[in-house]
Parts: sequence; C-alpha cells; structure tokens
Amino acid sequence: MKKEPRLMQGNEACVEGAIAAGMRFYAGYPITPSTEIAELSAEKLPYVGGRFIQMEDEIAGMAATIGAALTGVKCMTATSGPGFSLKQENIGYAAIAEIPCVIVDVQRGGPSTGQPTCPSQGDVMQAKWGTHGDHPVIALTPSSVKETFDLTVRCFNLAEKYRMPVILLLDEVIGHMREKVQLPEASEIEIIDRKRPACSSEEYLPFKPEEDLVPPMADFGTGYRYHVTGLVHDETGFPSNSTKVADKLIRRLVDKIEMHKDDIIQWEEENTEDAEIIILSYGCVARAARTAMKALREKGVKVGLFRPITIWPFPEERVLELAGKVKSIIVAEMNLGQLVLEVERLCNNITKIDRVNKVSGEIIYPEEIAAKVEEVL
Amino acid sequence: MPSTLVEKYFRTEKLPQIWCPGCGHGIITRSIASAIDQSGLDKDKVCIVSGIGCSSRAPGYMDFNTLHTTHGRALAFATGIKLANPEIKVIVITGDGDATAIGGNHLIHACRRNIGITTIVYNNNIYGMTGGQYSPTTPKGDKGTTAPFGNIDKSFDICSLASAAGATYTARATAYHANLLTTLVKNALANDGFSLVEAVSACPTYYGRKNKKGNAVEMMEWQKNNAVNVAAASKMTQEQLEGKFLIGEFKNKPEPEYTSEYQKIIDKLAKGR
Ligand SMILES: Cc1ncc(C[n+]2csc(CCOP(=O)(O)OP(=O)(O)O)c2C)c(N)n1
Ligand code: SF4
Repeated sequence: MKKEPRLMQGNEACVEGAIAAGMRFYAGYPITPSTEIAELSAEKLPYVGGRFIQMEDEIAGMAATIGAALTGVKCMTATSGPGFSLKQENIGYAAIAEIPCVIVDVQRGGPSTGQPTCPSQGDVMQAKWGTHGDHPVIALTPSSVKETFDLTVRCFNLAEKYRMPVILLLDEVIGHMREKVQLPEASEIEIIDRKRPACSSEEYLPFKPEEDLVPPMADFGTGYRYHVTGLVHDETGFPSNSTKVADKLIRRLVDKIEMHKDDIIQWEEENTEDAEIIILSYGCVARAARTAMKALREKGVKVGLFRPITIWPFPEERVLELAGKVKSIIVAEMNLGQLVLEVERLCNNITKIDRVNKVSGEIIYPEEIAAKVEEVL
Repeated sequence: MPSTLVEKYFRTEKLPQIWCPGCGHGIITRSIASAIDQSGLDKDKVCIVSGIGCSSRAPGYMDFNTLHTTHGRALAFATGIKLANPEIKVIVITGDGDATAIGGNHLIHACRRNIGITTIVYNNNIYGMTGGQYSPTTPKGDKGTTAPFGNIDKSFDICSLASAAGATYTARATAYHANLLTTLVKNALANDGFSLVEAVSACPTYYGRKNKKGNAVEMMEWQKNNAVNVAAASKMTQEQLEGKFLIGEFKNKPEPEYTSEYQKIIDKLAKGR
C-alpha cells in the first residue's frame, strides 16, 4: 500500500529520513530552530528499538554520537549556530578517527546568539573550516521538505560509505516550512551500510584503507579489540610521532573525498542551456531564485538557475563549464558572501560574478534577485 | 618478563609506556587490570575510554576496546557507547583536570543519570601533560606553573562532588594503597550504575618538584602516612584528622541504572503495539 501524502515540516522530514536510513541513536541538546529534530527523535526512536539522549550540552551531544557510532549504530545529532560552534572540536575527532555520523545544522542568524528564529546561511564556511586542521568535509543542503528527507538518507549513506561525519545544512525556512510530501516506501530507498572487516581479529588493521581509501570498521564489542584516538595514528590505530605517518594519514583523509567526487557531488540546474546569466543559490534562497527566473523568462530574459546540493565538495567542474558560457553568475545567499568566494576562486577571470546578500534575518525575495539580474543584463 | 597479568591485559608490544619514572599512573593502571581480572570480565565486552592527559594515555596500553577521546569529554563519549550497547562494560580513565575542570559538566551529569560507567580519576593534583599548571584539585597555597605565587582557588573533593551529584558508588584509594584500590575498583565494577573511584596518584616531575614534595618514594610515603581509612576516621578527633585525607568506600547505594530504565521504555512500547 502506498503511503498517504502528509503535510510536514523540514525538521520532521529530516527525522523521517534519518529513521528510514537506519538511524538508531540520537544525542543532542535543544536549540531553535532545530529543536523539533530532537523532540521527534525522542518520540520515534524507542518505537524502533533505537535510543535518544538529551545531553548536557552540544559538545557532549557530538561526543555521545561518536561513541555510539563505534558500537556499529547509525547516529545523528542536530543543532544550530551556537551549538554547531560547540561541536566543532569533536567533528574534527570524527574526521580523523573516521567515525560515520550525521550532524544537522539548521542555520539561524549569527554570530553568537544572533537571531534565534530567523533564517541564515551563515554557516557555509564554518561547515568547511569550523574544526581546526585539514580534514575532509561533505555538506549537503536541501531546498524543500521532500528533499530534506532524501538528503538526510543520503547523508547517512555517505557517512557510512566514506566513514566520516557528514553535515546536513538546513536553514530556518526549510526546517520550519510545511509542505505536502509523499514519502517513499522502504523498498524504494537505497541504504548503504559501512564496510566491516572480512578478516579475523588477529589480522585486522583498523585504519588500513582498501582501494577506495576507506578502512573497514569493526563494531566495539564484537571481538576486534582495537584502539581509536584523535592523535595522528598509523594503520594499527596507535599514535605515531612519525612525520611520514602524519602526512600520509591527513592526505588520505582528504583524498578519500577527492577520489570519489563524482560519486558525491550533486546539483540541479534549470534553463542553463541558453542562459546568459546564471543565478547560483541553494537552500531556501534557491526557491526565490526559481521564482525570479520564471518571471524573467516570461519577459524573455535568458536566465538560468544553478543549485549546488552538495555545498562541499563544491560542484567545481560544472560551474566552471557554465561560467565559460555566460555573461555573469549571480550568487544569492543569506550571508555577506560565503559560497561566492568559492565561485570567485574558480571563475574570476572567466566571467563576471555578482552578489545578492542579506543578513537581516529576512529571506531574500524573488524581486531582489530579479532586480539584480536586470541590473547586470 | 612481563607478569601474567600484564601478558593477559596489556598490549605488551606497546610498552614501555610514556610516563616518567616514579609516576603513580602505572600502579593505578595495574590495579584496574587486576580488578578487571578478579571480576572475570570478558575482554571483548569491555571498553575503556579516556580523555586527554598523561593519565588518559593508559587505555592505549590495555588490550580491550579502547577509545582515547578529546580533553574532558571521555564521559560523554562513554555515555554514547553505554546507551547504544548496554552489554558493553564501560570504564572511563581520566585525570583530575580532565574530569573536574574541562569535563566537570559531563562528570556531574553522568553521576546524575546513574549510567553504568565505572570511572577512575587519576588525581595527581596537577596538569601533568601540559607541564604542571594548577588543576581544580591543587590544594590551596600550592604552586603550579600558572600559580607561581601559590594557588588561591579552593580545591574540589572529587568523591564528595560525585556523591552529591548522584553517583551510586564512590571511593578513594592511592597508588600506595594499590591492593585497596583494586578492591574498590572491583566493587565499583560490580555496581550497575555510575561509580567513581578516585585514585590518588603522584606526579614527581611537576607537582612534586614545584611543591618540594621530594622524590617519587617520598611522595608514596606521604600517601602512606596521611591517608586514613573511613572506618578508622570515624573514631578519630577533628585534631587527629587535621591534614589527613580519607580513603575507602564513601557511598555504595545502588539505584536503577539509566540504560535499563531506557530499555523499559523500549519494551513497553513494543508490547503496546
Ligand atoms: C580542548 C583542550 N584544551 C587544552 C588541552 C591541553 N591539555 C592537554 S592535557 C591537559 C591537562 C591534563 O591534566 P589531567 O587531566 O589532570 O591529567 P594528567 O596529565 O595530570 O594525568 C591539558 C590542559 C587539550 N588537549 N585540549
Ligand atoms: S608529568 Fe607527571 S603525571 Fe605526567 S607522566 Fe610525568 S610524572 Fe606522571
């Protein structure tokens, strides 16, 4: 029997997606506008034999998430700006110790307590550089409630496949907005589980990568007694002071993503074939951009939309290709210019780059984007 | 030749450990292994979690599922492990700074939840790993590299803190009283809920040197001469107890354990279906 379409919030779709993907553990600390994710996880997890815990702060929420993941469970934590800042040290831990887990950041206005109930896209760079040191990052950003479901599932799959923390960047609008969605049947959802060791415990080297650069991961408590540390470590998992080992490890962690960019990177584009101008935007702003594009197209303006779905890694190649064909790329985002830095880095000498920015806590309206397009024309 | 205990519970290929000669941490670690042995625990089902510090390096040498986390956060990581898989016996090894300064918040909340974790705090009254700064357990007036004129902070009594926060088992021993320590850790492991054993250690390299406490042997003698068992203390006067500290069991009052309480919710919901 097909599931009935339901009216639901982005935050609810996130929890539905997480459970469908196999989440059985959630640890976090409430913060607007992400709180519904904690509340719904608390309500739904015990029904499927999963466990929820409200920790004493976000640092602990991230730590407990990692601890649980080591027992073989799929785990998630959710937060917003101030809590995302607190989680950063342990996100770095998950990166170096290669712990699969999902971190949801429902972005609100910052810095600091900022605008708790207002949308923002101010954490784009924090998602990439928030924790210290070089490390791999995957961050996905949906622009509808249904897509929040789909991308939450994808976050779990990517986390499991590449043994790393994966970030779902929502914004307050997508988190709280209600849309009618038709959730897929379980049989229609692709689920990926982490690789587990095929060898005996005596032969197991917990951080020895296979060809895909990803080492198989044993669950704590199953007889593979191994050591996990946030220090630089060799293939055995034990700390090492060797500069060679350090260089090899950090490069492998970053290469793990580089090598699989084609599998990871995801975007959507509309009306780009004949476009003279491309609006590049993501999350809730992409909705305003689409409305602006439609109105302009009706007037005969050749404008297209490019929407990165993976913010990190950024869809470099496709943006470069498009840049060669257009007069301008307009980057519209709810911050003072974050993802635009990536576009400028790539396309500065190829095309003109324009910006539409807002940090008032108000959404960007289609008219504001349309006005920019007409100005640039 | 390593002893049979060392052979059985340590990753002998990782020895010698990084600790200074005369450090109390090694004795404490051995006592923990003895307690695990006497408790008859299955190595595959034991997970030892630590934070950052000299003390927190111990799990790396121990042949269990071991997790060396971030500074102060061991209990939060351990909480995730225990709740996700209550069948795992979770032990936390932490330092006085790790447990009561940066990790103080996690400590009181782990106590409050009475989650099934056995915590051993290696208390050397100083930050050893970073070179001798004062910690929340550095006695008032003592020196550290960041208290060159004497520490004016009041120090924590870790066991009282844990008991008040809700730990259902608390006890203290010293590196000198290694056999007592083994017994207390064993008793702590037998408690289903949250247990804390404070193991008074000795850091001759920083705390000892800064505060003219003598060499490692003299520091051990100080432990021997100044520790008073709680039973004996009850018969002593205030004056006789001046300058002494208590060892032994302070609290052993089992209460329902957190993960079993959570399991009850799962079971109830499954029945209601
Ligand atoms: C977030 C963070 N802050 C500071 C440090 C530096 N640091 C490492 S160990 C330590 C103190 C450890 O003292 P304690 O827990 O008492 O253990 P000991 O070394 O004395 O055994 C500090 C401050 C760190 N690693 N991480
Ligand atoms: S610095 Fe102190 S605590 Fe650290 S190993 Fe040396 S003696 Fe032990």
